[in-house]
Amino acid sequence: MSRTLVVVGHGMVAHRLVEAVRSDDVDGTWRIVVIGEEARPAYDRVALTSYVDTWDPEDLALPGSTYAGDGNVELRLGDPVVAVDREAKRVTTASGRVQPYDALVLATGSRPFVPPVPGHDLPGCFVYRTIEDLDDIRDAVERARHGRGRPAAAVVGGGLLGLEAAKALRDMGLSPHVVEMAPRLMPLQVDEGGGSLLRRLITDLDVTVHTGTSTDAIEADRGRLVAKLGNGTELDIDLLVFSAGVRPRDDLARDCGLDVGERGGVLVDATCRTSDPDVFAIGECAALEGRVYGLVAPGYSMAEVAAATLLGKEASFPGADTSTKLKLMGVDVASFGDAHAVTEGALEVVFNDAVSGSYKKLVVSDDAGTLLGGVLVGDASEYNLLRPLVGNTLPTEPAALIAPAGGGDAAVGVDALPDEAQICSCNAVTKGAIVHAVTEEGCDSVPKIKACTRAGTSCGSCVPMLGKLLNACGVEQSKAVCEHFPQSRAELFEIIRATRVTTFSELITKHGKGKGCAICKPAVASILATLGNGHILGGEQATLQDTNDKFLANMQRNGTYSVVPRIPGGEITPDKLIVIGEVAKEFGLYTKITGGQRIDLFGATVDQLPLIWRKLVDAGFESGHAYGKALRTVKSCVGTTWCRYGQQDSVGLAVELELRYRGLRSPHKLKSAVSGCARECAEARSKDFGIIATEQGWNLYVGGNGGAIPRHADLLVSDVDTETLIKIIDRFLMFYVRTADRLQRTAPWVEEMEGGLDHLRAVIVDDSLGICAELEEAMAEHVAGYRDEWKGVLEDPEKLARFTSFVNAPGTPDPTISFRTEREQKVPVMLGVPEVVSR
Amino acid sequence: MTAMAEQTWVAVCRTDAVPRAYGVAALLENGEQVAIFRTEDDEFYGLSNLDPFSGAAVLSRGIIGDTGGVPVVASPIYKQQFELRTGRCLDDDTVCVATYPVRVIDGVVHVGSP
Repeated sequence: MSRTLVVVGHGMVAHRLVEAVRSDDVDGTWRIVVIGEEARPAYDRVALTSYVDTWDPEDLALPGSTYAGDGNVELRLGDPVVAVDREAKRVTTASGRVQPYDALVLATGSRPFVPPVPGHDLPGCFVYRTIEDLDDIRDAVERARHGRGRPAAAVVGGGLLGLEAAKALRDMGLSPHVVEMAPRLMPLQVDEGGGSLLRRLITDLDVTVHTGTSTDAIEADRGRLVAKLGNGTELDIDLLVFSAGVRPRDDLARDCGLDVGERGGVLVDATCRTSDPDVFAIGECAALEGRVYGLVAPGYSMAEVAAATLLGKEASFPGADTSTKLKLMGVDVASFGDAHAVTEGALEVVFNDAVSGSYKKLVVSDDAGTLLGGVLVGDASEYNLLRPLVGNTLPTEPAALIAPAGGGDAAVGVDALPDEAQICSCNAVTKGAIVHAVTEEGCDSVPKIKACTRAGTSCGSCVPMLGKLLNACGVEQSKAVCEHFPQSRAELFEIIRATRVTTFSELITKHGKGKGCAICKPAVASILATLGNGHILGGEQATLQDTNDKFLANMQRNGTYSVVPRIPGGEITPDKLIVIGEVAKEFGLYTKITGGQRIDLFGATVDQLPLIWRKLVDAGFESGHAYGKALRTVKSCVGTTWCRYGQQDSVGLAVELELRYRGLRSPHKLKSAVSGCARECAEARSKDFGIIATEQGWNLYVGGNGGAIPRHADLLVSDVDTETLIKIIDRFLMFYVRTADRLQRTAPWVEEMEGGLDHLRAVIVDDSLGICAELEEAMAEHVAGYRDEWKGVLEDPEKLARFTSFVNAPGTPDPTISFRTEREQKVPVMLGVPEVVSR
Repeated sequence: MTAMAEQTWVAVCRTDAVPRAYGVAALLENGEQVAIFRTEDDEFYGLSNLDPFSGAAVLSRGIIGDTGGVPVVASPIYKQQFELRTGRCLDDDTVCVATYPVRVIDGVVHVGSP
């Protein structure tokens, strides 16, 4: 007989609780009813600011947050609980619905704190908490654009949340003011030194910072607002956002007589139980042993503890890690442990480089032997190694840990960390747990560690550490292509490029050993093709090509091939459609529309391929490279040409891009799409490079993927014109082609890149390595050197001669191939797998 | 390539029809298909063309190479490797494909019965 668990609220922490209960409650002892106030299921509120990138709530969706298919969880949204009757053990919602419970979890979160200044409730004043808040802010910005002058905005609060709000406004094209009562920005996290550098870096980004002053009044002024600051400054603005902290939503608890903390919050013990043993509280509404935490990581810990307790296990709150690392408008800020040196006798070691814009402070014990905390501003690269060291004996002099060049990584490695050091703070995974997964559970790669321990699956900032831990455990992550080449693919690329090697034989003689294999041969063939060494079936190259490239067609399960002509941008004339239909009819091919907006013709034998292509080439078609690790398609929606909502000519751009990059051989297939507006009908964000039109130009997203591990592409640049866009895609593709591993799509390539998207942006947008001109030149060479591969075969009798099933019976098709009819088309007869010879 | 007394041989093609590190297929009179491979070192080998894992007659279209110096072909369908000398599958030791003797006389490739 299952009991009923009622969860009040559906934010990130509530969702984590439901997940935790469901994953461990194998017998289904709890039926869970989740009752939420917002109309949408839990979403990634931590990433709220990124909503501005796409205005698509789906991008903030949390996996599994609707519990679809789980009969034990019922999610009721848009109808908040308004009363709890602890006597009768039931809750009542705003609509009057009554729900009994056996156990109750309050996860009502917090509300934005709005200081009671006069005028705080005028139209144009907003808070920053929900997707709806951001929609309202956007509407206000849009209205202001139609008013007099440039829209202006102010943010009240210069903490973490305030700077997030300022970033959102800046991303909407404004230059906001930030007003902070404390003498510095982010007063909770950073000290005075860090604060002053932070102020400088943020000011450089067109944000006007006012610290040490209050906001005394807000007045309406001819359709706009005037914010009067305590220091006498008056700001003429269109809108104002309050983000001066949050307050726990504990009203339900107060009303039903539960104990609350001195400064608010539902009072709970270390197992997250309130003063009523059947009622729990977790997340930002809870005052755990009197303390309220406004961060998601401690909330997640509470969710896990409450879930374990509900399932009859011993668990208690492990203590909160209030460490923070974030990038605010491109500025790194990190704070961990005792950042303000409040521990008795604590000593500070400070390194302050005003020139390079980097401030680092470590707080150590009075004997300088133990790390207590620290602050990093401008460059937080040491955060991942330093944070887990908190509370532990330092492996070296404190100064060596933060000194530039020669310090940092060199001085302290993962070896120095104790087993209990938390590597992944999002999911509370310790070094010990990861080492156990590697040495006992056989995880020998970063993806396996992620799947096994959940480390690195949330914010991802600890992923480089996972790689280092693997190495430290003696798991060599060899980059060697195969037994014939000790080099990585990127290294082989550089060797071939620099030494101008043009054949596989020469390369393996000089730089490898043996004869090669089905791994290194296609890899080298691809590199040779990228660098332009004639037709891929010319001379020795023909012997290197993988299954599909060998016959410029995709081999299917019965040994026949499919034929895919290029249809740039998915745009095709009726005449050409008729040609495809006629060819399919003549050769009896099965036809299917592909996901890439073109047409696949199946069931051709090797002998038929040149005959089919002769007709297609004569009609103006060319190879679609569906068989190659190369550019496949650039999908498009119809854009401004037809669509009432289109903002740019998406078809025109898609055609241009597909023709530009066709034939580019790469480490893996490349897909692209262009959408004519933010509705994103072309699904560009699931592509290696996707382009979405804006009012002003184009947004470029990179590193997207469909497939088994779907990933939305990340925004690389926004509002660029077509010329700039193409220049950056040229660089992106060439940089990828040169440096990725064999069969590595752009998504894992970006993810595994040291420094991630920021590094990528530095290299290909800001030209930090000074290679952009060279990358563009390489792409220009590719574009100029493009030739249709199928035309190349048809023009060369030697290549044509290879398209026979039998060397001793040209023209005889393979007799084992047969077809049957299904839904009016031919499909292969399933082949019996021959009896294998047992030895 | 030792020929037994009763071995019968069929001429299938000239050696230059099989490029180095490449394979071709030949159709025998009894309907059997033989994949004929030529290594970098001009050694010729014959295996059944039938890929035992997919049932498709495609082994001749695989990539030729070596594993620890032993010449192999990788199936073009699911990439299992087969030793050219023995037909043994390196990825599954319960599987083996039939071998055919191959000899070269006066620049002509001959296939014998297995």
